[in-house]
Amino acid sequence: MAMRTVLDEIERWQAGGHRVALARVVGVTGSGPRDSGAAMAVNDDGEVAGSVSGGCVDGAVVSAAFDVLSSGEPQLCAFGYSDDEAFSVGLTCSGTVKIFIEPLD
Amino acid sequence: MIGPLAVVRDCLRAGEPVVLVTVVELSPLDPVSDHAVAPDTSTSPALGAKIVIRLGADPLGSFGEPTLDETIARDALDALETERNALRSYPPNRALHRCGVTAFYQVFAPPRQMVVVGATDFTAALVRVAKVLGYRVTVCDARPAFATALRFPEADEVVTDWPDRYLATVAAHLGPRDAVCVLSHDHKFDVPAILAVLDTRVGYIGAMGSRRTNAERIEGLRREGVSDEELARIMAPIGIDIGARTPEETAIAIAAEIIALRANSRVPSLRDGSGPIHQARE
Repeated sequence: MAMRTVLDEIERWQAGGHRVALARVVGVTGSGPRDSGAAMAVNDDGEVAGSVSGGCVDGAVVSAAFDVLSSGEPQLCAFGYSDDEAFSVGLTCSGTVKIFIEPLD
Repeated sequence: MIGPLAVVRDCLRAGEPVVLVTVVELSPLDPVSDHAVAPDTSTSPALGAKIVIRLGADPLGSFGEPTLDETIARDALDALETERNALRSYPPNRALHRCGVTAFYQVFAPPRQMVVVGATDFTAALVRVAKVLGYRVTVCDARPAFATALRFPEADEVVTDWPDRYLATVAAHLGPRDAVCVLSHDHKFDVPAILAVLDTRVGYIGAMGSRRTNAERIEGLRREGVSDEELARIMAPIGIDIGARTPEETAIAIAAEIIALRANSRVPSLRDGSGPIHQARE
């Protein structure tokens, strides 16, 4: 889903009074499923637009987006094979992605 | 929606190039003793702070330090020029107590252009596939009965004109990201159409036809003074060799060839093979 479509969805959610977090891939090392710039928006009802991976870390990013919405603080997350903490949601392709998640207020 | 993202949205709608710069990481002033020098919040940008850079317009937003803003604007224009997103880090400014800043440059380039010459069922299928890939697509054919918006509802533009005449008007705007696919299958149209784009910077020129049609077309182009070097730019017969038969399959073969050429990936193009393009089916 292109950024344009994600922005349209964000606009629709915000017009409906929802709070929204935006997650973007800002860096990829090794073999990653999506290039930097891939975007996913999550609203406070758990609705999702777009995707930041081939599916493997999208679920974890949604959880992180909820944290960002409740704290109000942006967060830079890394997911990858080499990241022990994120191993359970690691990429199967052995790459590492950096994802920046921010609340849009 | 307000602020920088609204500006980006408006640029995307207008097809205007834009770069969104976002602070995604702040590093301490002194990596050894983090707490020794507290960052000055008036000179350090916030995490998530944004600057929007457009061509020919003042940057929108600031990271609080004029020299940093200038560097960011310059790096944003570089990213726009190369059409590549980037992650760049800038060291702290100790005099200003400004933290180290890592910024993400997200480039939104205008859509790639594809011109399809000839209005056939192959064209209709190629238009659909090109739209999936995000192209802005123009169909051009000199025959008013065939060049209709009704036949190509997904096309951004359907032009009834001699293809070479139309292409001459857009030639200056065709660049390395763009494609011209000549599907007219008729030397009367396709030789002048190819001639009209050979001296442009267009990234892909493909022309449909059987090997025999293609051999005749090459002769026609040579008679017009086209060099071997120029002929080498033309992917003909168009598409990669995946045994495509239907218009839809052929459209996939053409799109795959365009992607492979851009990615500099070696694939079996029909041009590099011999023998009939359509294998007899069992």
